[in-house]
Order: sequence, then C-alpha cells, then structure tokens
Amino acid sequence: MAKRAAPEVNAGSMADIAFLLLIFFLVTTTIETDSGINRKLPPMEESEEDVVIKQRNIFTVLLNGKDQLLVEDELMELKDLRAAAVEFLDNGGDGSCDYCKGTKDKSSSDNPDKAIISLKNERETTYKTYIAVQNELVAAYNQLRDTRSQALYGKSFAEMQADYKDVNWPGNKDNLKAKIDQIKVDYPQKLSEVQ
Amino acid sequence: MSKFKKKKSGDMPAVNTASLPDIVFMLLFFFMVATVMRQNTLKIDNNLPFADQVEKLDKKDLVMYIYAGKPSANYTQYGNEARIQLNDDFASVKDVAAFIAAERAGKREELIPFLTTALKVDSDANMGLIGDIKQELRKVNALKINYTTKKGSVLGRD
Repeated sequence: MAKRAAPEVNAGSMADIAFLLLIFFLVTTTIETDSGINRKLPPMEESEEDVVIKQRNIFTVLLNGKDQLLVEDELMELKDLRAAAVEFLDNGGDGSCDYCKGTKDKSSSDNPDKAIISLKNERETTYKTYIAVQNELVAAYNQLRDTRSQALYGKSFAEMQADYKDVNWPGNKDNLKAKIDQIKVDYPQKLSEVQ
Repeated sequence: MSKFKKKKSGDMPAVNTASLPDIVFMLLFFFMVATVMRQNTLKIDNNLPFADQVEKLDKKDLVMYIYAGKPSANYTQYGNEARIQLNDDFASVKDVAAFIAAERAGKREELIPFLTTALKVDSDANMGLIGDIKQELRKVNALKINYTTKKGSVLGRD
C-alpha cells in the first residue's frame, strides 16, 4: 500500500490564538511595586532612665497638618531639607570627627554619631508629604555615606551594597561587609520619630 | 519568449505573515513570565507616593502587606475616610495585631524574625491612621516596616 502523506495541519489560526492569550496577559499584568523605604520601629519597652541629649545635637523637623515644614524653628521648603540635613549631620562641632567636611559650628551637632534627626508629624499630615520628607532625610544620609565611601574605598555606598547583594560578584564578601559596616558606623542613621 | 514576459505591474505582492505567530508568541511569553497575579483585590484607592531613595524588598514570601486608603468608587458606602484593608476586606486598627499573628502562624518559625510589613498606603491618606498602624505593629513587635513607594522624584510632583 502506498504510504499516504499526512495532511498538513492548518496553522493559520495559531496567530489568532496566540493573540488572544497575549491580550489576556496584557490586560491582567500589574507590574507590582516591591520597593520602598525601609524603616525600623522602636521597640515598645521604654528604657528606665531618660537619656539626656543636648539641644544642639537634635535636628527637629516638624510637619504640620497643612503639610508645611518647620525645620529648627524656621519654615523651610522641601527642596532645601536635604542640604540642611547634610549640613547638620556633617558639622562635626567637637572636632572628634576628622572626616566631617562641615563648618565645625559650635551651635550645631557634635559629630555624626551624636547627631539625631527628630521627625514629628501631626495626624492631619498627608502620607505623601511624610514620605517625601522621609525620602529627603534618607537621601541626606545616603549622600554623606556615598562621599565617605568614595573617599575611603573609591566606590559609592550604593554600589557596594549592590555588590554585596549580587550573587555573581567575584570579590571577597566578608571584606565588603566590613567596609559597609565601617561606613555605617561613620554615619549611623539616627532618625527618631516623635509620637 | 515567455522568459521575458512583462511583469505584472500594479498589485503589490502580499506581505509574508508566516513569522507573525512567532513574534506574537515571543510577546506572549514575555507577559506570561512578567505577570504577577494580584494577591488581594483592593477595595481602596491605592495610589502610592513617589520616592527615590528606595530599597528593594527581596523575599516576597516574607512580606506582610497592609493596605490603606479611602474606599474606592464601588465602596463609597464605607465613607470617604481612609481605611485599612487586610487581605480582602476592610479592617480596623485593632485587627492589625490579629492579622500579624495569623501571618506569623503561617510561616516557618525560623523565618519569623525576618518578616517585613509593607505598608501600601494611598498618598492622600492622613498620617494619623499610619501612626495608629505603627503603634499596633510596635505592640506585636513587628518592627521591620517598609513604606512601599513608586520610584520617582518627590520634588515637582504632586
């Protein structure tokens, strides 16, 4: 018996089916946002003794219900906040911080380890302003850390952190971790929120 | 002399569409891979604020999501005030502790210290509500939080 060739399947409608699926996935896709500003809340138990902090070591940021910003008892625009925070943190008033590039003003913070940013908001403050302020304050810390790590290791802090997370990074991770921790010790993030 | 028959002018040759399915399949696979099915159906407006100093949340299974915002157009009977949504339904502040406990119970014990709470809050919500949530989280010792934001500049945007 002669072998009959199998009839060819008509693939003309394959494109239509694929289109159908494509449109389904296009419509259902939500590119999820999974990034944000990480924060750590203070634990509940109150310490017994009150810690005395000098007024010059506190950088007060007040956000009122109308989203206005009061920084160190002066009205301020959001765009100036980052520079003001950097200036405060990098002041190095008591001279113990040899890497600080600030003005060494006696009436501002002693050193980055002692400098504390205190953020207070009201119940009526909108979330987006709060996030914007948080963002600017974190940016101030990141800027200082970047400058410090450029000076020490010739690499930005963000780059070092990215390397640390990267599985394929060829260098010595323990070494890198020590470097990152060193930067974190030099500029600790001390951001307190007042209830 | 049929070899030199004059070519028919006028009608254009049909475009070959044989590779069309391949292209469509390529797109299809991209979207199939990139798609994340939404976990919760949102009953609230959830227009996240912008920030540019963001860090990525890396372990998806170690994140607990708390949503907040004002009820969306279909749920106006719940009022105009910003509300909390946990899982698929509206909740009040005092439910947060129970929610955290339930989430913790579903995870392996050694992973519990690494759990992060992601706050997905609408940009127009008031900080009073967030403050209440944070206070609840402190009570149950869920201290690692993440304010989920979109990536973008905070200045010059409203």
